[in-house]
Amino acid sequence: MSLLHRHLLGLEGYPAEDIQTIIDTAFTFREVLDRPIKKVPSLQGKTIVNLFFENSTRTRISFELAQKRLSADTVNFSASTSSLKKGESFKDTVQNIEAMKIDACVMRHPTPGAPLRLTEYVDAVVINAGDGTHEHPTQAILDMTSLQEKFGYLKGLKVGIIGDISHSRVALSNIHGLIAMGAEVILCGPATLIPPHIEELGVKINYNLDEVIEWADALNVLRIQMERMGVSLFPSVREYRSLFGITTERLANHKKEIVIMHPGPMNRGVEIESAVADSDQAIILDQVLNGVASRMAILYLLLGGKAES
Amino acid sequence: MNIKKISKKVLLKNGTILDPYAEKEFLGNVLIENGKIAKVGKINTKDASVIDCSGLIITHGFCDNHVHFREPGREDKETLETGSRAALAGGFTRVCAMPNTDPPVDSPESVRFIVEKADTCPIHIHPIGAATKGQLGKELTEMSGMASEGSVAFSDDGLPVMDGGVMRRVLEYGGMLDLPIINHAEDLCIRNDGVMNEGRMSTRLGLPGNPVEAEGVMVHRDLELAKLTGAKLHVPHISTAVAVKNVSEMKKQYKNISAEVTPHHLFFTDDYLNEFDTNLKVAPPIRSQSDRKELIKSLKNGTIDCIATDHAPHTIEDKEATFDMAAFGMIGLESCLGATLNVLVEEAGLDIMTVIKALTVNPRKIMGFESDVFSEKTPVELTIFDPVETWEFTKNDIFSKSCNSPFVGRKLTGRVKYTIVKDQIALI
Repeated sequence: MSLLHRHLLGLEGYPAEDIQTIIDTAFTFREVLDRPIKKVPSLQGKTIVNLFFENSTRTRISFELAQKRLSADTVNFSASTSSLKKGESFKDTVQNIEAMKIDACVMRHPTPGAPLRLTEYVDAVVINAGDGTHEHPTQAILDMTSLQEKFGYLKGLKVGIIGDISHSRVALSNIHGLIAMGAEVILCGPATLIPPHIEELGVKINYNLDEVIEWADALNVLRIQMERMGVSLFPSVREYRSLFGITTERLANHKKEIVIMHPGPMNRGVEIESAVADSDQAIILDQVLNGVASRMAILYLLLGGKAES
Repeated sequence: MNIKKISKKVLLKNGTILDPYAEKEFLGNVLIENGKIAKVGKINTKDASVIDCSGLIITHGFCDNHVHFREPGREDKETLETGSRAALAGGFTRVCAMPNTDPPVDSPESVRFIVEKADTCPIHIHPIGAATKGQLGKELTEMSGMASEGSVAFSDDGLPVMDGGVMRRVLEYGGMLDLPIINHAEDLCIRNDGVMNEGRMSTRLGLPGNPVEAEGVMVHRDLELAKLTGAKLHVPHISTAVAVKNVSEMKKQYKNISAEVTPHHLFFTDDYLNEFDTNLKVAPPIRSQSDRKELIKSLKNGTIDCIATDHAPHTIEDKEATFDMAAFGMIGLESCLGATLNVLVEEAGLDIMTVIKALTVNPRKIMGFESDVFSEKTPVELTIFDPVETWEFTKNDIFSKSCNSPFVGRKLTGRVKYTIVKDQIALI
């Protein structure tokens, strides 16, 4: 089974059956990761470059590990956008890399749309590892893989996405993916951090976290960036925590089981209390492991592999 | 495009003469003698060189009150000379050049530089002087001295005069000289880091949005201050229904208000940004379909007076960047007629007279230029075009030094054939 699109740029308009294929393939690779020798020869001879125009630790390591587990050759390129501002254009950088004959580019870039531009400049398969505040499709797929692992289904699942929606590529990709898979989504966060017209994507907004907790099967808690405080998007950590912080005390009031996710890195004590992050209901570390398996599945399917039976 | 000197006596024969000043349309001829209009109507003459205009419309040369010709400072993007060629290709015989050059045109000396340079160009170019020194929005420029050198209006275009107190002084002082004040109407605080229209599309693309209120609020402020001071206010590149409503309301109370719209705000909607095309990154941004519909309606009912291109050339590398880093602006002179006739006549069913008035008489009146271009002894400024030809706009149709146009590859309606000005005829 192969995927409809040659690249993975985002989950907007991405076929549900392809998302399911990736998730199913990810579970196959989860088994590989449990073996004593965690390596398969699937992508032997393929060269993949990781283009990181923005700092990233976990996404880059997760991709690199996925590539190594599949026996691909990998090259890493890191550049801060400030060096691009100084001279070399985006186009020059990527064309130089393309000239070195590679099969796939995994790219993290601060600007929305940069991966689409990349497809115009290079022949390689392009995988978006996060483009600014636009999409982060592999994160959404690993989140959905984790939800499917936990619940066994996605259709009809009730997911609350909590926090800074405006500046979150994770939120946007999760919304597109979850809606495509038939899940229900409610967004909850300060009004200053929820983008206008987002309801048109098929989600609801509720500013009352307790109501969302009462409703949801799972919460995806987003990282709140402290620098947003300075530009008066929210007034203080204290106020944020009291309105939108996930605490044991708040969860205890609801007397229900709820699954807690976080794409990381966490601000412990701000959007999520340590005790919650370390509790049994949190599947945050499962997400990390599923991240490697999901990215193995994506690379495998996009680079000419077939889903294993 | 072929540009050559016109003969002593030229007869434009068998055209449809569209006189936007008299609002008349009839079949006839135009006789040009020694570079001036000799006669319009039925003409029998033997010794003139003849241009067959059958099937074509002969009208006033178009006038664009809003272009960026980048000279001095960014001659790699455009010069007065190359900009003139783009204008000729679009049927424009007269343009007003914005002062946001490097350095800005903010003194009598820099106005004189433009006027002297423009003298050698094949079209009429009028400088618009900066409203504040260095376009910094703080201190008034020497508007009287600049006016004496040839500045026809004042603007900090590219940037708004953000301080309302300063804007009031600009209007008071400019009003004393009876010249139009043009304020780039975007509240920068509301706009914030917005790079496209705020709406469903910006949310989908993850790009920071610029809400319609950024324009609406600023236009409202400027209109109130114009009424307070009695100055002439011209609202450039109006892009939103809310701003149009503000203009419409104020026009009922106060007469010295005019507004322009660009072909690109009439033609495109933010849905076209689907693939992050940086050629569609402009300020103010391309708006939603409902805003676009309102702009078309307002041009029809006269709330919007004229069409101006906001021709803004940029180098390939300025545009071949990621969306956040790409420059704001697009070129527009060459594609203007085809785009506007396509939207306004073919799609929206306006009569061609309304559109041509918005390209000729109306912009001339706003700037105080002679607007009865067909009257005898007027130095010739004529445009001859095919009103129904449908054609694909390509890079070959661009004469600007830059090629940042989202119209490339699109179907347009109506095509300029000849532009006659300053004793020369351009065959497009």
